Amino acid sequence: MPNDTSNTKNNINTYHRADAPKHPVPLHLQEFSLKLRGKSLFSGLNLNINPGEITTLMGPSGCGKSSLLAAISGTLSSEFFVSGIICLGDFDLTILPPEQRHIGMLFQEDLLFPHMSVGENLSFGIPFSVKGKKARAELINQALEDAGLSGFANRDPATLSGGQRARIAVLRTLLSQPSALLLDEPFSKLDVELRERFRAFVFRHAKAHQLPTLLVTHDPDDAQSTGGRVLKMSDLNN
Amino acid sequence: MRDQAHTKQSLNHGRTTGFLWSDALGWLFSLRSMPVLTLLAFLGPVLAGLISTLLPAFGYLPVIGGEELSFKPWAELFSHPALPQALFNTLTSGLAATVISLILAIGFVSAWQGTKSFQRVRTILAPILAIPHSALAIGLAFLIAPSGWIARLVSPWATGWETPPDVAIIHDPNGLSLILGLVIKETPYLLLMMIAALDQNEANQRLCLARTLGYKPVAAWIKAVLPVIYRQIRLPIFAVLAFSLSVVDVALILGPTAPPTLSILVLRWFYDPDLSYRTLAAAGAVLQLLVVIGSISMWRLGEVVLSNISKQWLVNGRRDLFEGLVSALSKWVMKLIITAFFGSFAVILVWSFTRRWRYPDALPSVWSTQSWGSNLYNLFWSGGTTLAVGLASSVIAIALVVACLENEKRRGKTAGTGALWLLYLPLMIPQVSFLFGVQIVTIRLGIDSSWLSMIWSHLLFVLPYVFLSLSDPYRCQDDRYVGIALSLGASPARAFWRVRLPMLLRPLLFALAVGFAVSVAQYLPTLFAGGGRFSTLTTEAVNMAASGNRRVVGVYALLQALLPLLAFSAALGLPAFIFRNRRSLRGI
Repeated sequence: MPNDTSNTKNNINTYHRADAPKHPVPLHLQEFSLKLRGKSLFSGLNLNINPGEITTLMGPSGCGKSSLLAAISGTLSSEFFVSGIICLGDFDLTILPPEQRHIGMLFQEDLLFPHMSVGENLSFGIPFSVKGKKARAELINQALEDAGLSGFANRDPATLSGGQRARIAVLRTLLSQPSALLLDEPFSKLDVELRERFRAFVFRHAKAHQLPTLLVTHDPDDAQSTGGRVLKMSDLNN
Repeated sequence: MRDQAHTKQSLNHGRTTGFLWSDALGWLFSLRSMPVLTLLAFLGPVLAGLISTLLPAFGYLPVIGGEELSFKPWAELFSHPALPQALFNTLTSGLAATVISLILAIGFVSAWQGTKSFQRVRTILAPILAIPHSALAIGLAFLIAPSGWIARLVSPWATGWETPPDVAIIHDPNGLSLILGLVIKETPYLLLMMIAALDQNEANQRLCLARTLGYKPVAAWIKAVLPVIYRQIRLPIFAVLAFSLSVVDVALILGPTAPPTLSILVLRWFYDPDLSYRTLAAAGAVLQLLVVIGSISMWRLGEVVLSNISKQWLVNGRRDLFEGLVSALSKWVMKLIITAFFGSFAVILVWSFTRRWRYPDALPSVWSTQSWGSNLYNLFWSGGTTLAVGLASSVIAIALVVACLENEKRRGKTAGTGALWLLYLPLMIPQVSFLFGVQIVTIRLGIDSSWLSMIWSHLLFVLPYVFLSLSDPYRCQDDRYVGIALSLGASPARAFWRVRLPMLLRPLLFALAVGFAVSVAQYLPTLFAGGGRFSTLTTEAVNMAASGNRRVVGVYALLQALLPLLAFSAALGLPAFIFRNRRSLRGI
């Protein structure tokens, strides 16, 4: 879409989640370890990601990158043994259930709910505190317009192109007013041209929302494009 | 779990260490208790029923003065003149039906997997499974009896019969029509179970590989695929074997009568006005269970022997296996089964609207809706009971199964194969062997002949099928959808109701239809738990089948067949309608 990369300032949301921190805060992991059936995936991880900063974690598939993100978001299966502390600013998230962490996730697949329309998917993300059909619809339309998808609210997600679906998934996450963003190889399924544009779209929004962002990938190209810090998974295992 | 656990511990510190009712109640109403509660609701009655059958079998039945344990019922049983022949009838019909169904299913899959006719047969199978055994048996009886439709169609021009010939086709002493009735119903069941197993085992790749090595279709399938999937179809085979050995309703309609099969003999003794027959019946019921256990053990032994013998044969390099014969024969037999199925359905439809149908006319000479009209009141009540019990038991089953599966998801553990065996237990224990005991228990508890006992006894048979049909789709659902919903700030309950369940609407409705169809088909549980106060379409149809009034029997059998068919149509049509604007969920 032509206006994907043009305007960078039109997308600051005009509302705030009641329980969200007043100012953007960093995401902080301290002495973070993950074990599966006695086998250590990594241990003693210390990581600080500032608001608007995009940190990349690189490693081959199957090395526990996705599990790390699931652990941070709180959706990890109980088979895993997690220790360490996750903080947003001064706020300790470690024992909170996922729905109280407000950490946005994006996967390789868009995972749009297939039983909802595009608009319903976005509305699912908007906090309950935004009352009234009109106010919610306004947010949805504003978000769609920003992504160059005006008028898509009533569409069936299954009828959209891969790039369109990916952008809707990003919008859904952003509308939920997350305090941090985790990206689990969200670019790897898109073709090269689309990938670059979509990457720019995601990074632009992450920075505009001042979100501490952690990207895991096995593609050096992805890592380079963030312009931020790049860590290697192999350096974390000790 | 996490090292923050110490904060939780310190919170708990002020509590006393004794038993806390609030904790116990909290557990009882939590998701974690569901597997235990489900198993109790499910295995409790089966075990209680077995014990309450076992005791009278050894003479303990205080109601009729039997307060001491003895072997008298067994001595009576073994000296009963009808027993040897009944036992023989049971074993021959049960084993023959199972072996024939299995061979047909294997023959058909091996010769036709991957072809167009395979796909066609696959879609026709579902309605055959939906229709109750007894409705099909009634239709078959109307079809093949000497006075049945087939005889009418070919008489008198081909046979010269002006009156029905005096041969016993239905209720034949060798149980051939019983075997036929069972085969028509069990072959599709085994076929579907095989297809499900094939989908899980990359069977197509194996098959292709064997074909590229030069193996012809049947040989390739039997040598490269069957040994792998057999483990998965073993439980369904055992269920078929147990069912065929102990079936009651089909045996009442089609089976031999003098003497009948063991299960019918036991049923007659249970219902003998002379109460002293009860201990004999209980002993017979236990013998029925032993027959099933013995047959399953023998089958297992046969498997071991066969797999040892065939080890050499599997690798002898021979690449064809009666290819032409198997493919031609299996195709024709499958056509015959499907024709018999549709013929049965058509003949009950025709009879239900018949006023006058003289032998040997091919069709009725006078049609009317009189059989419907004059039975309206009773149809309404037995139909209403069928509907109510079917809906209640299948909805309860869905709720329990979903709770168990959701508990699995949240705790990250999947029940093992042990649980699968427990699930199959009520399907493998003969109904006569524990339902009589269940009846004694319900009388003791004062809940006999009530809606509660009716619904509960149906639940015992509905629950396993609902679980079997729902567990795979539920377990396979991508948990990241729920994870995303939680990350977006939705509560677990909201994620469950708004994301998990709607996405599973299709398998949920299908499982509901399966449960409903199973409930509609139940004969013996209704008889025992209903205590004569309740009648369903199935009990009415089976009880009247012997009456000879084909018009009325046709009405009941037709309704009995239509209800599950409607349920399945709704289960397929509803999601297609609800998701008409959601391409990835529309299905059809």
